[in-house]
Amino acid sequence: MGVRGVRMKIQGLTHRYGARSPLTFDQIDLEAQRGEFLAIIGRSGCGKSTLLHVIAGLLRPTSGTVHLDSELVEKPSPRWVMMFQAPHLFPWMRVTQNVGVGLRFAGWPQKRIDERVNEVLELVDLRDFANSNVQDLSGGQQQRVALARSLVMEPELLLLDEPFSALDAFTRADLQRDVRSIAKRLGISLIIVTHDIDEAVIMADRALIMVGAPGTIYKEELVINLPDPRQREDAAVQYMRKQLMTAFYDAAGSAPSAVGRGNGPEAEEAAPVRDKAGAAPTKRRIVPAA
Amino acid sequence: MSAVPAVAEPTGAVWLDFLKKWARIGGTKIFNFVAGLAILVALWWLGVWYITLDPALEHFRSFAPNRAIFEGIPAMWEFGGIQRGLGASGYRLGMGMLIAIAIGVPLGILVGRSELFGDMTHLPFQLLRMVSPLSWEPIAVIAFATWDRAIIFLIVMGAVWPVMFATAAGIAKIDPAWFKVARNLGAKRLHVLTQVILPAVTYDVLTGIRLAVGVAWIVLIPAEFFGTRAGIGYTIEDARENLFYDQMMGMIVLIGVIGYILDTILVQLLNRANWVRET
Ligand SMILES: Nc1ncnc2c1ncn2[C@@H]1O[C@H](COP(=O)(O)OP(=O)(O)OP(=O)(O)O)[C@@H](O)[C@H]1O
Ligand SMILES: [Mg+2]
Repeated sequence: MGVRGVRMKIQGLTHRYGARSPLTFDQIDLEAQRGEFLAIIGRSGCGKSTLLHVIAGLLRPTSGTVHLDSELVEKPSPRWVMMFQAPHLFPWMRVTQNVGVGLRFAGWPQKRIDERVNEVLELVDLRDFANSNVQDLSGGQQQRVALARSLVMEPELLLLDEPFSALDAFTRADLQRDVRSIAKRLGISLIIVTHDIDEAVIMADRALIMVGAPGTIYKEELVINLPDPRQREDAAVQYMRKQLMTAFYDAAGSAPSAVGRGNGPEAEEAAPVRDKAGAAPTKRRIVPAA
Repeated sequence: MSAVPAVAEPTGAVWLDFLKKWARIGGTKIFNFVAGLAILVALWWLGVWYITLDPALEHFRSFAPNRAIFEGIPAMWEFGGIQRGLGASGYRLGMGMLIAIAIGVPLGILVGRSELFGDMTHLPFQLLRMVSPLSWEPIAVIAFATWDRAIIFLIVMGAVWPVMFATAAGIAKIDPAWFKVARNLGAKRLHVLTQVILPAVTYDVLTGIRLAVGVAWIVLIPAEFFGTRAGIGYTIEDARENLFYDQMMGMIVLIGVIGYILDTILVQLLNRANWVRET
């Protein structure tokens, strides 16, 4: 499978759900290199899922643009595929049919679909379940099917919206490692939204923090240049985690109401109200020596 | 591929195994089934016996199960009444159901998918649904050139509503995330219809069809009492006029049996279409 990632360029991206709704996020600028893995962390409700939906073309922005290479994203495409928190498999289809459904949409002949599906099932370690009813699979296996369903399209960009948050810790750790290694091997670009700081450190090449309502990307980002495979208990991972935590506190602290509260990101208290000036346009990169 | 290797086993042993299993699981079920049927026939017999104790009602003896099943039905088969009746009634039922499905499923999808259409048509459809299909008969007779068409119209008027409402209910249960997933993977509108909507509602549509066949079967027979020259209803009416009570009763048995067979076929289809797993 000859997949290459894609260069992403987001400019002045702004979104609101309805004419009278408040802004979901405001003036987001973001770039990612071909094949780069981004993690976006942030409090509940700051607009992370909405941002992913806009990047995937499932929602239209109010203003601003998303370019993938030179192409303007205006609608969904099998080239940029999103994976959701729940697998949302089609229960009337077997595993193979679920995985091949996008290829069927694309009008592939059945024989080629079968070949490709088998390849991808191998990749996600689901060969033994090819003909299972998806409702008989565990949550982790179902999420693997959803991953296979996305990978089979050979996307250039994979968007993951808290894809593992419903899974137990062990399954989650397995999938974090597998998804990273598979996507790296295929050269796919990846953006993962998560509440889990460990997950961001384990999966991403660069972690961004999204804060506020309307949401913006915080000026500090963390470059995670650690070797693979990464384990949660590695000293380097723990160190990165602390860095990201600190940045997160700083981000939250840049909101006047949150000063000195010292809440972790998992604490879901009132979203900090932050004046726009707090988001200094000058970006700062934390590049810890690994 | 990890195919299970076929173990060579003598077919006799396989069959014996199957029968043993069947006797264990199915045995009591079959027994209950037959016993229930026997009780029904016994009650029927008892009723006829009691009525015919009065010598004035002696001629009702032909209503008894033995007469109906072993004399009435073979006699009707001999002169072709059953075959002709089933042919004519089957055609009307089939056409009526096809039209009801062809109208009911798209309407149900529209009602389920479009809030505007659903709101606008809610009251009219509820009103129409409440009209007993047979009450359309006088209008149908005037409006249609042939009895066949009039009866098909009555069947449609009875059968379209269960199909439509069941389809709409099925649509309402669809997980909206499925549409998002489909769009996300590049589905066009037609794909969404054929790969998501239709498979998702097949079970509900079949439930509606099962109800509709029940209604249609009930509407069909009285609708054939008058005017037509063929059909199950006509055959009963004909037997009554000729005082062939055994044939009349035989026809009633057949109506029950055929209705049961139709329903059983639909239940089989339903089980097949049911993708919901009980956890
Ligand atoms: N369909 C919708 N219509 C109107 N407002 C919405 C809709 N979906 C989300 N919102 C609002 O937009 C804001 C951002 O929601 P979003 O789901 O993007 O947040 P999130 O960062 O993904 O949160 P979480 O971490 O809990 O998933 C929230 O204030 C939410 O109430
Ligand atoms: Mg979200």
